[in-house]
Amino acid sequence: MTITLNNRTETIDADKLSVSELLNYKNFTFKLLLVKLNGNLIKKDKFSETIINDDDKVDVIHMISGG
Amino acid sequence: MLIKLLYDFFKNNLILRTSSDKPNSMTFDQIKKKLKTKTVGIAGAGGLGSNCAVALARSGIGKLIIADFDVVSESNLNRQYYFYNQIGQIKVNALKENINQINPEVHITVHNTKIDRLNFPYIFSECDIIVEAFDKAEEKQMLIETALTEFPKKPIISGLGMAGYGNSNSLRSRQIDNLYICGDETSEISEDNPPLAPRVGIIANMQANLVLEILLNS
Repeated sequence: MTITLNNRTETIDADKLSVSELLNYKNFTFKLLLVKLNGNLIKKDKFSETIINDDDKVDVIHMISGG
Repeated sequence: MLIKLLYDFFKNNLILRTSSDKPNSMTFDQIKKKLKTKTVGIAGAGGLGSNCAVALARSGIGKLIIADFDVVSESNLNRQYYFYNQIGQIKVNALKENINQINPEVHITVHNTKIDRLNFPYIFSECDIIVEAFDKAEEKQMLIETALTEFPKKPIISGLGMAGYGNSNSLRSRQIDNLYICGDETSEISEDNPPLAPRVGIIANMQANLVLEILLNS
């Protein structure tokens, strides 16, 4: 399937996968992440049950200290 | 004479081209008139919040709502908009005083409180835009998640990644729906990578610049 991840086209060898699986696949191991799927905020406790499908738009934002 | 003619020709054409390239160009009086009707929320009055608030005040923003629970300490003075004689003062009060010295026309409401999921909607409900200006990643996450949940349409401008010095060109901004991010999205603060005035100031002003862009183009 093909998704848009952080504004880049990404082709993944699967029909669908969960947010958790995508984060593992992309090695996003940062402890504080904000995930948006098609514009909707996905909270951490929903990462394993939220499914990403073909054509979906995913944004993963790293929370970084400093200010 | 020929040089003068050439000079006038290029001068006029350059001015014409500049104004036609920018359909939204406005005089400072027009900018101030529009900004005077707007309210911006500043969540955190540290390096990002204090500098961003000052830039917005200088630009003529109508109202600022500033929330922070901290007091000014000596270690803040390497990047935050406070003065030596303000050490020990409540940050939001000190910032209000400093902004009053720059532009007394700005209406400022301060909240000397720790922002959490419960009080956030009450403090910032009337804002046209919210600037996320916290220090800790956990707090940033709480604020962005709460803002996106409570106010799905309101623009929120976050600062992510500005520790250290140098590499100005790594500092950029991007938009994800109503969430805007300013920073390099990688430089985390640590003992060896402290937050310093130049890069923190760039991000604070980048946030203020985005506020102007959103408000003036709306």
